[in-house]
Amino acid sequence: MRIRSSAIVMTVYLLFLLIPIYWLINMSLKTNTEITSTFSVWPQTFTLQNYVTILTDPSWYMGYVNSLIYVTMNVVISLTVALPAAYAFSRYNFMGDKHLFFWLLTNRMAPPAVFALPFFQLYSSVGLFDTHIAIALAHCLFNVPLAVWILEGFMRGVPKEIDETAYIDGYSFPKFFIRIFMPLIASGIGVAAFFCFMFSWVELLLSRTLATVNAKSIAATMTRTVSASGMDWGVLAAAGVLTIVPGALVIYFVRNYIAKGFALGRV
Amino acid sequence: MSRITLSKLAHSYLANPTSDADFALKEMDHVWQDGGAYALLGASGCGKTTLLNIISGLVRPSQGRVLFGDTDVTDAATTERNIAQVFQFPVVYDTMTVRDNLAFPLRNRGMDAAYIAKRVGQIAQMIGMEDILSKKARGLTADAKQKISLGRGMVREDVNAILFDEPLTVIDPHMKWELRTQLKQLHREFGHTMIYVTHDQTEALTFAQKVVVMHEGRVVQMGTPEELFETPAHTFVGYFIGSPGMNLLDAEIAGSEARLQGVSVSLGAAYGPTTGRTQIGIRPDYVTVSDQGLPVTVRRVEDVGRHRIVRAEFAGQPLNAILPEGMTLPADPRVAFAAGKINVYANDWRIAPMGA
Amino acid sequence: MDKTLNNKAWFLVLPVLVLVAFSAILPLMTVVNYAFNDTFGQNEFFWAGIDWFEEMVTSDRLHEALGRQILFSVIILAIEVPLGIFIALNMPKKGFWASFCLVLMALPLLIPFNVVGTIWQIFGRVDIGLLGHTLAAMGIDYNYTNDPIDAWITVIVMDVWHWTSLVALLCYAGLQSIPQAYYQAAKIDQATRWSVFRYIELPKMKGVLLIAVLLRFMDSFMIYTEPFVVTGGGPGNSTTFLSIDLAKMATGQFDLGPAAAFSIMYFLVILLISWVFYTVMTNLDREENR
Repeated sequence: MRIRSSAIVMTVYLLFLLIPIYWLINMSLKTNTEITSTFSVWPQTFTLQNYVTILTDPSWYMGYVNSLIYVTMNVVISLTVALPAAYAFSRYNFMGDKHLFFWLLTNRMAPPAVFALPFFQLYSSVGLFDTHIAIALAHCLFNVPLAVWILEGFMRGVPKEIDETAYIDGYSFPKFFIRIFMPLIASGIGVAAFFCFMFSWVELLLSRTLATVNAKSIAATMTRTVSASGMDWGVLAAAGVLTIVPGALVIYFVRNYIAKGFALGRV
Repeated sequence: MSRITLSKLAHSYLANPTSDADFALKEMDHVWQDGGAYALLGASGCGKTTLLNIISGLVRPSQGRVLFGDTDVTDAATTERNIAQVFQFPVVYDTMTVRDNLAFPLRNRGMDAAYIAKRVGQIAQMIGMEDILSKKARGLTADAKQKISLGRGMVREDVNAILFDEPLTVIDPHMKWELRTQLKQLHREFGHTMIYVTHDQTEALTFAQKVVVMHEGRVVQMGTPEELFETPAHTFVGYFIGSPGMNLLDAEIAGSEARLQGVSVSLGAAYGPTTGRTQIGIRPDYVTVSDQGLPVTVRRVEDVGRHRIVRAEFAGQPLNAILPEGMTLPADPRVAFAAGKINVYANDWRIAPMGA
Repeated sequence: MDKTLNNKAWFLVLPVLVLVAFSAILPLMTVVNYAFNDTFGQNEFFWAGIDWFEEMVTSDRLHEALGRQILFSVIILAIEVPLGIFIALNMPKKGFWASFCLVLMALPLLIPFNVVGTIWQIFGRVDIGLLGHTLAAMGIDYNYTNDPIDAWITVIVMDVWHWTSLVALLCYAGLQSIPQAYYQAAKIDQATRWSVFRYIELPKMKGVLLIAVLLRFMDSFMIYTEPFVVTGGGPGNSTTFLSIDLAKMATGQFDLGPAAAFSIMYFLVILLISWVFYTVMTNLDREENR
């Protein structure tokens, strides 16, 4: 009996999650005329024209390319600086470590809206405005603290004896870290990368503020779909569907780590 | 409290078992006497935990019935069976105090407060935790937590049986002795039926009145520690119990004599004709090393303190003997077997001598 | 784990420090600079003291936005936390269906915020959206662009849709760490379903629930993109939350002074509330350990 009732609960919940997404896909496969004139639960005149529009127009597809570039840069930067820091927090006591850790976390709590304008001015003054690296660095604001936090949780699960044995065996710190330690926390690195990807990919405010043309993200591109003939719903929906794809792919690859990952290695 | 009967019981974790090998538990018929202290002994993966879970109702057997007294409980849920179980790793309710932990099974059954308080007091005294009754269970050591689990298993007086699933795994060696002694004492005091699963023969032999040895999903012998030692019903029992285990030598049986590579050995009793692979089994304790008897090649001698173990070989088959302290190994060592202590096996199962 | 004292560990933390200093401290200093000065552009600043702060603290606009923000966060937490726990309890424990649910549930979390907004903007429209159309067909007068109540409901349902899975997945991870023996022991002890939840599942989920509540509080308090896309803060100002108001002030009206003062107070409020949450919960934890 319990199994059946929980199956019903899950079905209802998953439907609640999926119906709006289905509606978006549905609309992306319709023509604009059909969207505005008739109401139907599936496309009457099936068309891929909306997708063709996006994939042939550089001002559209460059949005994806730009987004992917700065997200990748952000993931690489975040992990590179977070790994040694997380190791330090998980293994050593040092002057001011507790305060530093909390201060890092406070950056995760900073509203992007607060930082939008100062970022704009800062990056303009150093000539980084409208570059991919600017957005990648800006996203480090909330991703680096998160990455440190997640990695620290995973590293704490690795017994200290492993470090000591490696040093006795004559490994230098960098060699030990890359050859022995990183493979041990591979799932932790994967999870941290997943979260960095996620928060960088979904963020709009900073990426829109920091780029106008060259590094313009897909999210920002989507905010300009009002054309002369009114709202271009079909193309908007198709663009939306395409933004879901990278996320869905990433989830599919990390599906076995999701449960542990969401607990940030702290259960 | 009641007798536990397993009738034609078998279990497979597969939906449609076809061969014998698909069964985690092969068909068995056994009766566990009321108030007995049993140990279920066997190597890892022999099916002892499965059997325990069938008795506690956590697993429903695919064939056969389980009876408590005269009631068929095969389909009864765990709660209806009125049993207690202690698991391998401590299970305590972290956020509760030690007192609430001990009282939990009683409260759930709606006992009155005065009785609960009295009972919890008794149990706390027994497991030596009166001082920390008001402490939260969370901060305690694994030892202490396991003691609470034991206490929770013991707190109900009316249980049909208490089941222990390798309960001392996480306990320090010196504490193991203490807790096992306490368990025996509790058994004497309250007379619960206790079933104790372990893979440690010392634990099994010191705790139980009757030891149930399991091998590859089968109960191969159910007997007192003495029976297991003197007359192992299966070669596995001979090998598993005792240190080192029983010597097994291929032999041909003819009446009251066994022929080993042309040498005949007196069995001390007469046997009927045998079929299949026949072996004789003799405990190292009953093998004397001197300059008379069967010629052997000595490979190694281990000094274990009170005596020495002679690791030898007879016609390519290993043969161990105990050399008591003070005895010396002759230059041309030969061995002799104490006649009445030889067991005969056909296809691994013991056969009784005629007239026995 | 006991750690060794080693001040050289600072070298390992240095890259993070440099990076965060560049992306957090420098901008914050700019904000502080604006907050205490007035400017007519061209880098000419006049000391304004705490004028901007006074203006902001006494401004009705800010009070209203703050009120709406707190109400929103409270409603969000009150719905998402219990619902998330409930969903986690009903999820399949292992096998194909477990990964199936996990993948589908994680999906909304990886949709860009503005697309989430777009999805619901479309979904709720009476003319082309399934939800709006269905409600209209049922005779319910629903229009999130005109009616503040409808706008609120839409924004809340959207947030529940977007984020409940995060709470559920965190709780699920907590539940997964409970050994089977606990459930078996509870059965033998004749514990009720409620007792199992109260004494076994909830204590194991507490750690992850702390993370979930903190994350959901912080993120809902900073929410910007999704309601901005759906309602644009309207109708009127009814869904203008703090971040939306701030962005309007700073990038719309270029009231940099007040916006900066606003920013600082906003940040401090979030820090304060998060800190209170954090301390209360870790203290509870410590008391239980005693």
